[in-house]
Amino acid sequence: MEILLAILVGILYTAGVYMILRRSIVKFIIGIIFLSNATNLLVFLASGIVSGKPVFVGEELADASQMADPLPQALVLTAIVIGFGIVVFTLALKFKFFELTGTDDLDQLKKTDT
Amino acid sequence: MIITALPILIPFVLIVIMIISRSLVFSKITGIIGSLGLLILSVIIFYKIDKQGFLVLNMAGWKSPYGITLVVDFLSGLMLTISSIIVLAISIYAYKSLSLEKGVTKFYVFFFSLIMGVNGAFITGDVFNLYVWFEVMLISSFVLITFGKSKEQLEGGIKYLALNLLGSLFFLAGLGLLYGKTGTLNMAHLADILRNDNQVILMNTSAILFFIAFGIKAAVFPLFFWLPASYHTANITISSLFAGLLTKVGVYAFIRFFTLFFVHDQAFWHQFLLIIAGFTMVIGGMSASIHYDTRKILSFHIISQIGYMIMGLGIYTPLAIAGAIFFTIHNMIAKTNTFIVAGLIYKLKGSFYLKDVGGIIKQNPMLAILFIIPAFALAGVPPISGFFAKFILIKAGIDDGHFVIVILAVLTALLTLYSMIKIWNEAFLKKQPDNEFSGQNTVLSFVDMLPSIILGIMSILMGIFAFKVFDFTMQAADQLIEGTGYINNILNK
Amino acid sequence: MNSIILQIAARHIKALLVLFAIIALLRGHNYPGGGFIGGLLAALSVIYYGFAFNAKQVRDKLKISPTTYIALGLSLVVLSFVPSILNQLELMQGVWLKVQIPILGELKLGTPLLFDIGVFLTVIGVTFLFFFSLTKVE
Repeated sequence: MEILLAILVGILYTAGVYMILRRSIVKFIIGIIFLSNATNLLVFLASGIVSGKPVFVGEELADASQMADPLPQALVLTAIVIGFGIVVFTLALKFKFFELTGTDDLDQLKKTDT
Repeated sequence: MIITALPILIPFVLIVIMIISRSLVFSKITGIIGSLGLLILSVIIFYKIDKQGFLVLNMAGWKSPYGITLVVDFLSGLMLTISSIIVLAISIYAYKSLSLEKGVTKFYVFFFSLIMGVNGAFITGDVFNLYVWFEVMLISSFVLITFGKSKEQLEGGIKYLALNLLGSLFFLAGLGLLYGKTGTLNMAHLADILRNDNQVILMNTSAILFFIAFGIKAAVFPLFFWLPASYHTANITISSLFAGLLTKVGVYAFIRFFTLFFVHDQAFWHQFLLIIAGFTMVIGGMSASIHYDTRKILSFHIISQIGYMIMGLGIYTPLAIAGAIFFTIHNMIAKTNTFIVAGLIYKLKGSFYLKDVGGIIKQNPMLAILFIIPAFALAGVPPISGFFAKFILIKAGIDDGHFVIVILAVLTALLTLYSMIKIWNEAFLKKQPDNEFSGQNTVLSFVDMLPSIILGIMSILMGIFAFKVFDFTMQAADQLIEGTGYINNILNK
Repeated sequence: MNSIILQIAARHIKALLVLFAIIALLRGHNYPGGGFIGGLLAALSVIYYGFAFNAKQVRDKLKISPTTYIALGLSLVVLSFVPSILNQLELMQGVWLKVQIPILGELKLGTPLLFDIGVFLTVIGVTFLFFFSLTKVE
């Protein structure tokens, strides 16, 4: 399981990096989604993944060996929420930008550089 | 103690008030009163720190290292106080500079959520919590930087967003690996583990990921490109706020992480940080010297000054860390002040472009004085704060035998002086060129200049009472490098 | 979109989703669920409606504006801190009130629930804002 997930993380990172290097802003956003999902999986994977054990076992069964570590799940949940908010904001920004300029091309964005 | 959490709670309550508020004047006045309250609060906190060393709050009663801990030590206390001064200055400045555009009340919502993020980042004692505060800060800054929704601002906003987003992802990845290796994210617990146990392997993977994350936030050499591409597009009120606070939070995180617990591979990291610092300084200073847009010059100066702070971290003696902290707090004030003065020049003349303006020294001598104070502070002319900050850093460098970086630091100081003289010559001394801006006859009121006056006085006071400030920064550096006080106070050993 | 199946489904699913959202909210302290998920579900019911008909109709039908939801939610969050401060506990420490209800038994009400309801309302407001800004209904 861990090896499979590790490969998946690698593939997601590759796809994400490829996408953010494309010229279109929409593809850039897709790349960001890939990258943030890859990072979430990486956090999950790095902090030890166990199968078949819940985080919440109720008060009567509070035995650590029967539980998964709840912290990484909480971390990933928070990170997903934050990522969700940021992607929505990026989309809104892209919308507005497209409305004003009519372009989706990152190569056109050179005016503020010099 | 509840007072530890108030720097977060007060902005939070202010956000709620600002969401409800429908009147602009009410928002502006509440903003000023709220920032004044924050300033008083942080001075009280600092006084308490001076008495007892640490303030610790375990959120919801969960003991460290299990729960989220809020910690104020000397470094956090200093940063909180200085950032509150900046917030007060900016909210006074916003009173005049934000006109009755639509949705200005929304500005205050995000203004205070930015402050909440910054304060939270300063006082948290937990790595993941730091990530959350960074995101709070980042999302509010995304909204603020694209506030006017002009073409340029959206373009700058996209660049700002893209690179900072990548920074956050690096942060999260580093944090995940760190948790996987040590099983904790509490800073004190991490310090306890990493300082006493050399068995923890592969720390450098985490450390380099954190370096990239904070490097993007702090705009160090190979990662700074978002800053000059976006800061000058925003409304000048917002640029001044960002210039003072945002990159410095990155520097704060650098100082916190690389003194408290990433102390494993000192030979490599200090060399590496010094190289980065040298490049950051020189490239920032040189890039500034070719520009003629005031905001661009000042943006590149932010980068160049970040180099000095990283330099202090790279030398890594108590004196050098103290110098880095001194430099950071001096720079926060002086940098915000220069941006505010640039905004005042714009208000007076109608242009940020130096070739368009001139003759301000005759038109408004007061503004000239207000510019000279932060400009001298940045360039390092005694007796204003910047001289002592640079002096401490250079002394620490010579003491420890890092001559190359010392020479670069001195050269960059000259470059800074050159840029400041350029602004002085072009905007103040030169005669007003005959163009569409020559007819401008705006009169600046006292309220317009008040924020700049406050910050200018702070710069001078920090120069006059340099020994007192140095004392505080030295205590902060000692706390960080020694580390045991921090660990024992939080883990209740 | 003009699909009759979607439109009829939207009418009936709305109530169901809100009910489910409230269940998720209430069991959230010790079991999976909570304010965030509940809020998303509740907001989803309205957004689903918006997809079936159109966003403008939803905007007109909405009695409370998204910012009011956010303001209300955040105020509840602030309010949930107050009991812990008044009782001299650490900040955000839970304060519980036990209420005896005939037939149903004991009911535990506490500040975490208040906090969760605050989050619930905030998430609803924020999701509405997202939805309206992305579908261009100002």
